[in-house]
Amino acid sequence: MTTVDPAVDQAVLPTPRGPLSAAVIDALRAAPQADLPSRVSADPYGEDLQLALHVCYELHYQGFAGVSDEWEWDPELLRFRAALERVFLDALRADVPGGADIGDVLDELLVEPVDGVGVSHHLKDEGEWWQMREYLALRSIYHLKEADPHAWVIPRLRGRAKAALVAVEFDEFGGGHGDRMHSTLFANLLVGAGLDDGYLHYLEHAPAAMLATVNLMSLCGLHRSLRGGLVGHFAAAEITTAPSAARIAKALERMDAHPDCVEFFTEHIEADAVHEQVMRRDVIGDLLAREPELTESVVFGVQATELLEQRLGEHLLRAWKEGQTALRLPL
Amino acid sequence: MPTPRDARVVTVVPGGPLLVEGPVELRLDDGTVVCSDRFVVAVCACRRSKRYPLCDTSHRKRR
Repeated sequence: MTTVDPAVDQAVLPTPRGPLSAAVIDALRAAPQADLPSRVSADPYGEDLQLALHVCYELHYQGFAGVSDEWEWDPELLRFRAALERVFLDALRADVPGGADIGDVLDELLVEPVDGVGVSHHLKDEGEWWQMREYLALRSIYHLKEADPHAWVIPRLRGRAKAALVAVEFDEFGGGHGDRMHSTLFANLLVGAGLDDGYLHYLEHAPAAMLATVNLMSLCGLHRSLRGGLVGHFAAAEITTAPSAARIAKALERMDAHPDCVEFFTEHIEADAVHEQVMRRDVIGDLLAREPELTESVVFGVQATELLEQRLGEHLLRAWKEGQTALRLPL
Repeated sequence: MPTPRDARVVTVVPGGPLLVEGPVELRLDDGTVVCSDRFVVAVCACRRSKRYPLCDTSHRKRR
């Protein structure tokens, strides 16, 4: 593991994937106050829109090498981002079933299918090492900033919901130990798998289906109006992680992977078995007791997470079934 | 009745684990000691966990 100065480890601007992402990436190369497209019409889940959105959001995290930090609050960029967000959010709202029974929606996630068919099942039963490496490289887009988007919801919560969510975040951030932060464990995993642990190193490789899962977190994290969605997303992620982490840990053991690779997932089995309980009882329970009108927003967060994870899973399995890379560039 | 400030809170999840405020040291009958300094520790109560005595969500219903 190499420890690099974060300022040095900044991502480079990616290659555009269409007119929207070209507009924002070209603008960021210049000083703030460039003109950006006034109208946005694109496939809400497509490469162009998802990359454009991802680049806009990254300005709120670590930024890009050579791009002014002033861009973060540039009104023209924020206007453009809002137009992108509207297309994405409208599509998500149209594509999830919705509803107001949070208990039922969460119970559904808690039932483990006997004959499961997701990516983790595939990797456990018949996955190959090259597929595992693609999976890990893809997930690095999120796990190297693990738990960051959820920190934005903290000032929007109160009381027990806030205290409990902060406790989960504290755990995600290593309980006060930099070397136990989940993002650090993931960086160790990448090195263990012979991959690059640079922040957003695999952005060029990551297809829209992966970027969309991270964009959902940034979208919900950055908008107070979507605080219910962020909490729903966080709960859904924590509930579904423990069983899938167990399968991936098993797959890695079968593939004789480096112990650092297995460690990340075994940590998540135990951590998320706790987090799901805390998210459900203390965070969602208390939030909805205070603000029952957020129920539909929490349901939206759960369902949108499931929808995007399912789309990503289908993308991966479709490519792998044909013996092809699921990435935009080979590793 | 108010809970004393220093009382250890244990939440019993129906059909699930016991949630114990961490850190904890779990001592098994065979002499094994398992430590966890997580803020809450989910202790397996169904005996199905493959990471016993810690919960791994194996208590979940299957279909």
